This record gives sequence, structure tokens and C-alpha cells, in this order.
Amino acid sequence: MQAKVYVTPKAGVLDPAGKATERALHSLGFVGVHDVRLGRYITMEIDGDPADVTARVDDMCRQLLANGVIEDYRFELAESSEQ
Amino acid sequence: MRRPRPGAGSRVMRCGVVSFPGSLDDADTVHALTDVLGFEGVPLWHKDRDLHGVDWILLPGGFSYGDYLRSGALARFAPVMDTVIEFARSGGLVMGLCNGFQVLCEAGLLPGALVRNRSMMFVCDAVHLRVERNDTPFTGACEPGERLVLPIKHGEGCYVADDATLRRIEENGQVVVRYVDANGETTDAANPNGSLNNIAGVVNDAGNVFGMMPHAEHACEGLSGLRDGAKFFRSVDSWLKNGGRA
Repeated sequence: MQAKVYVTPKAGVLDPAGKATERALHSLGFVGVHDVRLGRYITMEIDGDPADVTARVDDMCRQLLANGVIEDYRFELAESSEQ
Repeated sequence: MRRPRPGAGSRVMRCGVVSFPGSLDDADTVHALTDVLGFEGVPLWHKDRDLHGVDWILLPGGFSYGDYLRSGALARFAPVMDTVIEFARSGGLVMGLCNGFQVLCEAGLLPGALVRNRSMMFVCDAVHLRVERNDTPFTGACEPGERLVLPIKHGEGCYVADDATLRRIEENGQVVVRYVDANGETTDAANPNGSLNNIAGVVNDAGNVFGMMPHAEHACEGLSGLRDGAKFFRSVDSWLKNGGRA
């Protein structure tokens, strides 16, 4: 299966990269843009049935892919396209 | 706190300095400990599971594993870290400087996390610090409220924690050093990276694990023009020799 993992800064946690990007958008003339937050998008191919894969990806997120102190995560599973 | 082995008072204190792939201050740290201060810096490899009988452990600065994913995130899973975590949980003294601080936060040995500097700039500078506590194993050689000058060099040194954690560590007195101006005030201008409450370094609840962004190891001899860093290492030496007292 393919897992798509989204890791984002927690609400309230300072996101300097998001702020800098927001300022850059403003300087390019994009008005009405606010609360830009930068996260991370991770894809992986992973073998197993959906229940098993869900548990394993959740475990990966908690142990490594996201830092629970500053980040939230969510993920989606899909059948691998090449199958 | 782990008690030094019998006879520790009469021999040279041995500090294990861990090298991860991408560590870059490991050799400087061993040099400062061994050649400058007269202690013994013992290089530990990231694959080591044996601490070679060291008295305490230091995680040095650098860019372990290229800072991939998050600073310190991958180093936390190096084989040596299992042993370091066990050592810390049994009361052994562990200090992390810069990237070492990030690794200790990622390992859950210290509260909070370090994110990108608020300015988005890498900062390389000498900063004023105020010592908030001198009853820790790491600051016993300092006066209460003493001001020190140490170098910093980092892109991700902005200390953050959720509100409850921040309140808890402030109430527990776990903030050991803060960024201040030349008058000792915690101003925004004196905060080089946007850290909450100007926090530069913290200890864990038990007081045996300490991390800070400034580089004590680069401030031990005349070469850098700064010498205040030596106080942190002398503090640990005194603590160990006095059987766990500042």
C-alpha cells in the first residue's frame, strides 16, 4: 500500500518558516494571505493489510516522523498505483 | 544521582564524548576537556553500546545525520543512545550542547523542542547568559545570577514548549541559563533565536540531564577569547568529586 503522511506544526507553536513564507507572499503582492504554516509530506510504500499498515504507520509517526511536542500528524492509505 | 565510584576523588574525571555521523564539535570537546582543562575526554562512537566506564557523558554540537527530518531526530535512534538513555535514567550526568541539546529533547530526556530561529537566519555570535541556578551539577562553579559570555552557532535554537510544560519547568526552576543583555536583562534584543522566555538551557526534572545551545567547549582557552565555558566542566568535576554535591 502507499501511505501519505502529513506532518504539520501544532496550533500555537511558532513556525518561523511559515511566517517568512507569508511575508514573501505579501511582498509578491498576494494580499489577504495569512496563517501560512509549513509542514512535511512523506510518502512510502508499505506491505501488509490495511489494519496492520494503519497501526504501523501510526507507530512510525509517534516514534520518529513527527515530534509530538511541536507537530501534529495525519495520514492516508491508498492502494499502490503500480499494482 | 549516581554516586562516583570509590576513589573518584583522587583520579581524573572521564567524560564520554559521543560522535554521531555529522557531529563536528566532538574533537573540540575532547580537546577542551583533555588538553585545556586536564580532564579526560573519551571518544564514544555512535555504534558503541559500552560507555567504557566514563563518569559522565556529553553529546556535542554539529549536524548529526545531516539534521534530516528534524535536528537530533535520527541521532536519538543511534545504538549508543540506548545506553545513554539508560545511563541518564539511572541518574548519570548527561550534558548536551547545541545539537546535543536537540538530541536530548528528541530523546525525551529534556522537555520542549528546538525549532528554526525566529529570524530564519543562522546565528554565529557571542551572547550574554545569566545563570539562574548554581545548585545543579553543571553550574556549581558559578555564582547565583552570574553573567557569562559564550559563543553560539545555530540555525535551529529557538526553544519552544507548550504552555503547560513551560509553566512547569519555570515553576520547578528547570531553566538554568537565559539569554540576557549586557546588563543582565532578558530583553527581546538579547534573544538571538526567539526562544520562549529567553531560555538558553534547561535541566530535566531530576536535575541530572542538562542541555543548552551555547558552546561551552569553545570557550575554555584564550584562542576563542572566551573562557566562561570551562565553568560548566569544572562544575561537573566538583560535583562528581564531592559525591553528588555542588
